[in-house]
Amino acid sequence: MAVLLLAEVTDGELAMDATAKAVTACASLGDVTVLCTGATCADAAAQAATISGVGKVLCAEDAIYGKRLAEPVADLIVSLSGDYEHIVAPATTDAKNIMPRVAALLDVMVMSDVTAVVDGSTFERPIYAGNAMQTVKSSDAKKVITFRGSTFDAAETGGNASVENIGAAGDPGLSSWVEDKVAASDRPELTSAGVVVSGGRGVGSEDDFKIIEALADKLNAAVGASRAAVDSGYAPNDWQVGQTGKVVAPNLYVAVGISGAIQHLAGMKDSKVIVAINKDEEAPIFQVADFGLVADLFDAVPELTSKL
Amino acid sequence: MKVLVPVKRVIDYNVKVRVKADGSGVDLANVKMSMNPFDEIAVEQAIRLKEAGKADEVIAVSVGVKQAQETLRTALAMGADRAILVIAAEDVHTDIEPLTVAKILKGIVDEEQPGLVLCGKQAIDNDMNATGQMLSALLGWSQATFASEVDIDGDSATVTREVDGGLQTIKVKMPTVVTVDLRLNEPRYASLPNIMKAKKKPLDEKSAADYGVDPAPRLEIVSTVEPAARAAGIKVGSVDELLEKLKEAGAV
Ligand SMILES: Cc1cc2nc3c(=O)[nH]c(=O)nc-3n(C[C@H](O)[C@H](O)[C@H](O)COP(=O)(O)OP(=O)(O)OC[C@H]3O[C@@H](n4cnc5c(N)ncnc54)[C@H](O)[C@@H]3O)c2cc1C
Ligand SMILES: Cc1cc2nc3c(=O)[nH]c(=O)nc-3n(C[C@H](O)[C@H](O)[C@H](O)COP(=O)(O)OP(=O)(O)OC[C@H]3O[C@@H](n4cnc5c(N)ncnc54)[C@H](O)[C@@H]3O)c2cc1C
Repeated sequence: MAVLLLAEVTDGELAMDATAKAVTACASLGDVTVLCTGATCADAAAQAATISGVGKVLCAEDAIYGKRLAEPVADLIVSLSGDYEHIVAPATTDAKNIMPRVAALLDVMVMSDVTAVVDGSTFERPIYAGNAMQTVKSSDAKKVITFRGSTFDAAETGGNASVENIGAAGDPGLSSWVEDKVAASDRPELTSAGVVVSGGRGVGSEDDFKIIEALADKLNAAVGASRAAVDSGYAPNDWQVGQTGKVVAPNLYVAVGISGAIQHLAGMKDSKVIVAINKDEEAPIFQVADFGLVADLFDAVPELTSKL
Repeated sequence: MKVLVPVKRVIDYNVKVRVKADGSGVDLANVKMSMNPFDEIAVEQAIRLKEAGKADEVIAVSVGVKQAQETLRTALAMGADRAILVIAAEDVHTDIEPLTVAKILKGIVDEEQPGLVLCGKQAIDNDMNATGQMLSALLGWSQATFASEVDIDGDSATVTREVDGGLQTIKVKMPTVVTVDLRLNEPRYASLPNIMKAKKKPLDEKSAADYGVDPAPRLEIVSTVEPAARAAGIKVGSVDELLEKLKEAGAV
């Protein structure tokens, strides 16, 4: 039995954490072959080859894979699929764009955001924003899966898998890339950070979000936000934590001025330690917080930052 | 150009879900159901395209139980021109898998020949985030997922997508399948006169067999359980106490 794992490669760079977590997730399913794609991806492939548990790396370098457009990458995966029973990826926006397309082309179902492997055809996944956990058994010959990173530890490095260059599968010519708007940041990446500090509508403005950022920088943390904060323009979309944003499970999650709607909790309730700072003692966020502080954030957060 | 908008009837997003005692799923009897919030955004976008003269007709489609009629009436009241209900299940607890939904939608696309399909990015019940991509694959069309901006211009569309790293803009060939994210627009409320008018708009009923699709699921539900609950925490009285507790817990 063999597994094909689509590595997370963006502009030639391997997202080590996301990819190594997916390797852990699928290790029990069979021999793992990692597929790297990109306009350039030799470096990413070499790095993927160091993840323990990886048997082989396929490197598909071609301009058409430069921006991971769904149609050509899905066609490539389908062209390779004959040898594999499981086709998997970390549950990133890129993979969620590509993998359902792969599944439909293979006439099989996709299983998104899987949190545990029971056996080769049985998997657990959250439904209803994590308010229920469902175990499903697939009757399909091939299983197409994305794994939720927050529930798996990253595989160690130290491996030395072989790298094989493979050709492109052709360009269906259906879509093209125009531009990326990515804010450069020195902060840790949200889904792999050990500490996350998130602000909500209570923060009140984009300017006041600096209070959140200052606390985050003191803790070497990533910055997150509620949907209300993103919708109000206080924070960019890629900071959103929740059912429809990113799912995080850091050692420490600090929720500031966030009420704790189920859609937000869906993205952070598996964090190890949760701190909530909110002026409303009835706020639902306190029901999941290990340590709750009923206070005005404009007093409490600067004080906390200065005392750390 | 016709625009097809698939809308799903789901548990209302404000309802606290309860897992059924027998583990077969979530209790949906006597629970408030609504249109999937992402699909409201898709309907809104379709209506705006029509208002801008870029679409001639907006067709809402739902696949599921008979009660999905209500969801389609909501779409019609918002401004869709007509609706198609494909009955593929009898019990409100039966959810139809995205692959099946996509196959039925393909049958409808073959018949109606729309230039654009606008789906939600995910349904808030199963959070599978798959149907639009699957439909696009079956049609051999382009796809633009997680859209926060859509600009249709003749035989192509420019779409800005919300992705992990920020925003990505791509250009796709028409016809295309777009799945919409939350920030694309703010859906309108249906006015009372429009709710009345919607009752007279055409709503066709079909079955999965009409499209030659077998709705048998590929995934069997083994069990459904409540997630592990977090142990209750404590309230601290001051920033100093908070810091002390965090140090004890090894969190800072
Ligand atoms: C389909 C769908 C998907 C969604 N997906 C997500 C998602 O992925 N992520 C997400 O976060 N939300 C999501 N939501 C939205 C969610 O339902 C809530 O509306 C949102 O999380 C509320 O954000 P908030 O807590 O910042 O705002 P509010 O609920 O308005 O809470 C603000 C809080 O700040 C507190 N506050 C105000 N001023 C101060 C002060 N000076 N000091 C201390 N505290 C203060 C208030 O007491 C209040 O508790 C989704 C909703 C839908 C319908
Ligand atoms: C109570 C319950 C019972 C279940 N029973 C079964 C079962 O018996 N057998 C089984 O195999 N699985 C069952 N499931 C699982 C289920 O079939 C799939 O996991 C589920 O369909 C996943 O996708 P989604 O609906 O979240 O669609 P997504 O792909 O997330 O939906 C995206 C978009 O596609 C469109 N769309 C999706 N569905 C429809 C629709 N029906 N009509 C119109 N447009 C639509 C909408 O535009 C929507 O926004 C059940 C789940 C639940 C909660």
